[in-house]
Amino acid sequence: MKFRSKLATAAAAVILAAGVSSAVQAQLKIGFVYVGPIGDHGWSYEHNQGRLAIEKALGDKVMTTYVEKVPEGADAQRVISKLASSGHGLIFTTSFGYMNPTLRAAKRFPKVKFEHATGFKRAPNMSTYSARFYEGRYVVGKVVGNMTKSNVIGYIGSFPIPEVIRGINATYLAAKSVNPNIKMKIVWVSTWFDPGKEADAAKTLIDQGADVIMQHTDSPAPVQVAQQRGVWAVGQASDMTNFGPKAHLTSIIDNWAPYYVARAKAVLDGTWKSTDTWDGFKPGMVQMSAFNKAIPANVVALANATRDGITNGTIFPFAGEIKDQAGKVRVKAGAKADDGLLAGMNFYVQGIDGTIPK
Amino acid sequence: MSVDWLIPALLTIVTAATPLVFAAVGEVVVEKAGVLNLGVEGMMIIGAIAAFATAVSTGNEFLAIIAGAGAGMLIALIFGVLTVYLQSNQVATGLALTIFGLGLSALIGHSYVGKTFDGLAKLNIPGLSDIPVIGPVLFGHDALVYLSVVSVAIVAWVLTRTRMGLLIRAVGENHDAAHSIGYSVTLVRLGAILFGGAMAGVGGAYLSVAYTPLWVENMTAGRGWIALALVVFASWKPWRAFFGAYLFGGITIIQLYAQGMGVEVSAQFLSMLPYIATILVLVIISRDSARARLDAPACLGKNFHASG
Repeated sequence: MKFRSKLATAAAAVILAAGVSSAVQAQLKIGFVYVGPIGDHGWSYEHNQGRLAIEKALGDKVMTTYVEKVPEGADAQRVISKLASSGHGLIFTTSFGYMNPTLRAAKRFPKVKFEHATGFKRAPNMSTYSARFYEGRYVVGKVVGNMTKSNVIGYIGSFPIPEVIRGINATYLAAKSVNPNIKMKIVWVSTWFDPGKEADAAKTLIDQGADVIMQHTDSPAPVQVAQQRGVWAVGQASDMTNFGPKAHLTSIIDNWAPYYVARAKAVLDGTWKSTDTWDGFKPGMVQMSAFNKAIPANVVALANATRDGITNGTIFPFAGEIKDQAGKVRVKAGAKADDGLLAGMNFYVQGIDGTIPK
Repeated sequence: MSVDWLIPALLTIVTAATPLVFAAVGEVVVEKAGVLNLGVEGMMIIGAIAAFATAVSTGNEFLAIIAGAGAGMLIALIFGVLTVYLQSNQVATGLALTIFGLGLSALIGHSYVGKTFDGLAKLNIPGLSDIPVIGPVLFGHDALVYLSVVSVAIVAWVLTRTRMGLLIRAVGENHDAAHSIGYSVTLVRLGAILFGGAMAGVGGAYLSVAYTPLWVENMTAGRGWIALALVVFASWKPWRAFFGAYLFGGITIIQLYAQGMGVEVSAQFLSMLPYIATILVLVIISRDSARARLDAPACLGKNFHASG
């Protein structure tokens, strides 16, 4: 009797252990690589919100880990390979500069699924995804074109890559359509994240006559400077109202959660395929934060109408005719810019002063 | 072209240079005493979060600065105990201090992300601040800017004109000799390390309380390393470190202004300029190797043990 009960206990323990281990096997480990700290209140913060959304939606079926502040380059290679070799089945690499390291890891680990944000290189086990932020910037352009008194929009650029240039062009085209005298002043800071330098750039632009500050960098410092100096600002990546309640017109919000949850589910279901996703307002990947109460009702109405038009496909930010600075027609009258042109955009549209740094 | 942009540019340069001045001058004293503390970045960021947390919860900016200095000092104390008393390697300990500081500040700062306050007020001296041109440039800053200048003057005076300065330099140049005539090498070094920690802490506090009154992780963004480079750049002289900081801040800001004015220069090249300037000066000052040897404290980076 005693012996038998011991045996039963042992058998139960074995079954239990087997149950636990099979549960562990079924659980999908998902890794995230962030370029900034998750506390940046911007780009990496929003990607991390997407990670938390996966945990909330899929619970025990997934386990997520993240590595933050990973420099683009050799370190990224090491971190991505480490995640792939430690049992992660799905890995999100969330910055443009991780493109080649992710591709190399995808070749080395064919069973692991990779998702690379904002890049253009793919593999059978490596998808790319990005958001059409320029749709948001086009809406912002309509707002700032109406709000500026000095007709100078200050724009803080990070690096002159197509993503950033597209944003500048979309803003300019929209602003120009409501205010023919609009000028853009663009300052490149060669960093995604340096609050001090971003603040310096904002001060510079305000000193040079800009009364609206836009940014394609990740810290809220420019919004804060705008508040101190009494000019307008547009936030980046997440709602930055806190940092300048008077100055903050609106922010373009990145909402990765729906995509992240869908991709994790696809891996669990076995339906994951290498894809190229580029979504905007329509599935909610890009959103606008609440508009500042100081914006006149007709401008808010125009902004909302523009957003709705882009969502239902009646408005297209890069609709022809679009000429570059040299006067060459890049998009013919009546045509729309195709995704190839948008993805590789390396020219300013006609009317923007200055040249793109090489 | 008008020169209207010059005054605002100068004002921005001052704010960009001030955190570097604090950190670099503090490190000058540390290195003069023969200790190489590579943890400046870590001490700065700890100072930044301590000051920001204090400012947000008490609303008192004076207290915030004190907290920044205190926190910098506290983390420098760890470095001091490890290197001076436990003889750990200064380079490795300093690097560890930076990594520790960045991590700890992120942990403490977690609940402060997204908070903000008005920031340190500019002093407004009636009459003086209203003088055109000179007024805003000389009298339109916050209190910390003036404190940074005063502290450089005091450090320069103490190092070259006082008995205490002589003692610090003696310990840095030849710790065995200083020990043999009865001075406590460990106490002098610990004092210097604590002073350097406090100064780096104030430099960090300037970032989070005056420069950009907010908290985000990693907000020092490498300024501690620049401060370290400035110390060598300045060949361990406080006033040179001060001008180095302004030169560095100046080039950074001028390149932003040049871009805004449509000057056709590559942004990457301009961002590189301050570092090129540092390297050039390093090359120039170390051309005469005998001179360089005279400038660098002879015992820099060497641990001291009374038995040895």
